[in-house]
Amino acid sequence: MSTLLGMLPSVLMIVAPILITAIGGMICEKSGVVNIALEGLMAIGACTAAAAHVLMETAGVPHTLSLFLALTMGFVVGGLFSLIHAVAAINLNADQTISGTGINLLSTGVTIFASQILFNADRTKEFMMGMQTDGLGIYPTAYIAIGIVILSWFVLYKLPFGMHLRACGEHPGAAESVGINVKKMRYFAVISSGVLAGLAGGCVVLTQTIQYTSNTINGRGFIALAAVSFGRWRPLGVTGAAFLFGTAQAFAIIANNIPALKVLPTEVFNILPYIVTLAALVFFSGKNYAPSAAGQPYEKGAS
Amino acid sequence: MKLTRQKLIQSDGAVSVLVVFLGFLVGTILVALVGKNPLNMYKAIFQALSGYNLDNGKMNIRYIGETLNYSIPFILCGLSMGFANRVGLFNIGGEGQYIMGMTIAQTVALLGPQIPVFHWVFAIACAILIGAIWGGVVGILKAKYEVSEVVSTIMLNYVALYLSRIICLQLPGATTYKTANYPDTAVITNSFFTKITNYSLLNNGIFMMIIAVLVFWFIMEKTSLGFGMRATGFNKEAARASGIPVVKSISLSMAIAGAFAGLAGGIVALGSFKYGRVLSGMDGYGFDGIAVALVGNSTALGTTLAGLLFGLLKNAQALMQGKQIPKEITFIIQGMIVIFIALRSALQLYQQYLDKKQLQREVGVK
Repeated sequence: MSTLLGMLPSVLMIVAPILITAIGGMICEKSGVVNIALEGLMAIGACTAAAAHVLMETAGVPHTLSLFLALTMGFVVGGLFSLIHAVAAINLNADQTISGTGINLLSTGVTIFASQILFNADRTKEFMMGMQTDGLGIYPTAYIAIGIVILSWFVLYKLPFGMHLRACGEHPGAAESVGINVKKMRYFAVISSGVLAGLAGGCVVLTQTIQYTSNTINGRGFIALAAVSFGRWRPLGVTGAAFLFGTAQAFAIIANNIPALKVLPTEVFNILPYIVTLAALVFFSGKNYAPSAAGQPYEKGAS
Repeated sequence: MKLTRQKLIQSDGAVSVLVVFLGFLVGTILVALVGKNPLNMYKAIFQALSGYNLDNGKMNIRYIGETLNYSIPFILCGLSMGFANRVGLFNIGGEGQYIMGMTIAQTVALLGPQIPVFHWVFAIACAILIGAIWGGVVGILKAKYEVSEVVSTIMLNYVALYLSRIICLQLPGATTYKTANYPDTAVITNSFFTKITNYSLLNNGIFMMIIAVLVFWFIMEKTSLGFGMRATGFNKEAARASGIPVVKSISLSMAIAGAFAGLAGGIVALGSFKYGRVLSGMDGYGFDGIAVALVGNSTALGTTLAGLLFGLLKNAQALMQGKQIPKEITFIIQGMIVIFIALRSALQLYQQYLDKKQLQREVGVK
């Protein structure tokens, strides 16, 4: 038991970015736009934050300020790149899977290209000091994540704005007919998912490593996507799913220290989130929890 | 004039050429913006295409062989995505199917019976089969349980990656990144190609790729099975109403799509390497295959041409790096091409706008 409790800080460290991204993905799908670019947006946020932090560190910016600005820049740049998806999916009625795939492909190029230009290497330069833990050994990212979950729940389920946003994902035609601006709502949702994924990317790089490489995100965005489905598009469910998946990931890293688990290959824990999600999707099939208009372009005036 | 513009907008081939052009345009501008000479990028691409080095006038035919060899997995993964796409499915799982094909081919190569010819044929056949199973599962989940193929293929990609690691770490001579060398009976090298292309890695896989392209074309365009699949892709309900077994179409199309990607994995494993690899990340051929199929409009010929273009870019990467151009520019070009393909729906909106104008004019006259 004490080992498990001792694991909590590292579990929280791994869960936080996945949870932040998943909440963004959930908001996006609630408005009716599927965003499979979460992985790429996280990578872009992570690269931005790592590069900004190391550059400010060498320029002598105070540590806390530098961290704050680096996260903010990840947040902003993630939002900027999500605009591509927003324009394609909302204005041009594009296939949302294609534009998401495009951003994912683009992100692998853009991030390393930027590193080549800035640091003459296929990765960003190492920074000296990332985020520091508090007295309990917990990184601030965990509190940020919990704050975002509560905020998203409050906005989506307690404010008229949130109800309007959800209506756009269930029945955009009906929403439009009572005067809700579907396009505006969807823009808000897609940009939310972009900024949150960017922020989460920054959280990954500033807590778990010392630089950005092409392997930093390594499927976290897709795990977040799985958490949205497995959590059945509800804040509490998504949080539970993110915790489950994050714990599995943490086990993959620390299983070597636990004799009872040493017999299993660590990859078993890596596979777990994906298998569980697949099983859940099959098990819950028929009962549709997904927003009914998710993934479909909405044309004003079309029947 | 007007007619030609309308024709161009409606021609898939012309639009593909346009998006590729736009992708390169963005790449060129970006290279120029960061203070490098875009001409060096095109010199590298030209050298990868023709083997001719514009800077010192030397010719090395090896580059042509490598370009062709790199194109093989791109084309096959493109066929995988394209086949599913024609049935109205989006196969992001090419990567997982590719990884499984690779893993099984490696396993058979190291553990299978060392009988000449039979050994590699068996390894490739197993790769095709496991790819078909990996894809077919997605088709069954989609057809029977309505699980979105986008989500399930993404999940299966990562299952494949980690499963591959578990399996390959058990193979003979496995270290953290490679296994023992294959026996000679397992490899698919072609000594004739090796000789005429100045020791490139071009191998017998190219014949299998050509057969795969023909099989794709034949099934899709010439059989009633392909007709039913295309009908399902155009309109699922109409197809169901006219007696086409939609569930079978969907499951089978994903299985065939998976077989193409599995074959790609087998060819790369046995053709480009002398030993099995323990993957630490994904090769990316499956994801790039999505772009290949989209550029090629999911047809056999278009996908082949697009795959050659992607193979060319991949081969040009090392040459670019030598000319101080970051090789990642090729990924940016590929990503931009896919984004422009997504944006091509703007052309349809433009067409609708034109039609509306036309109608208004005609009504106004009367």
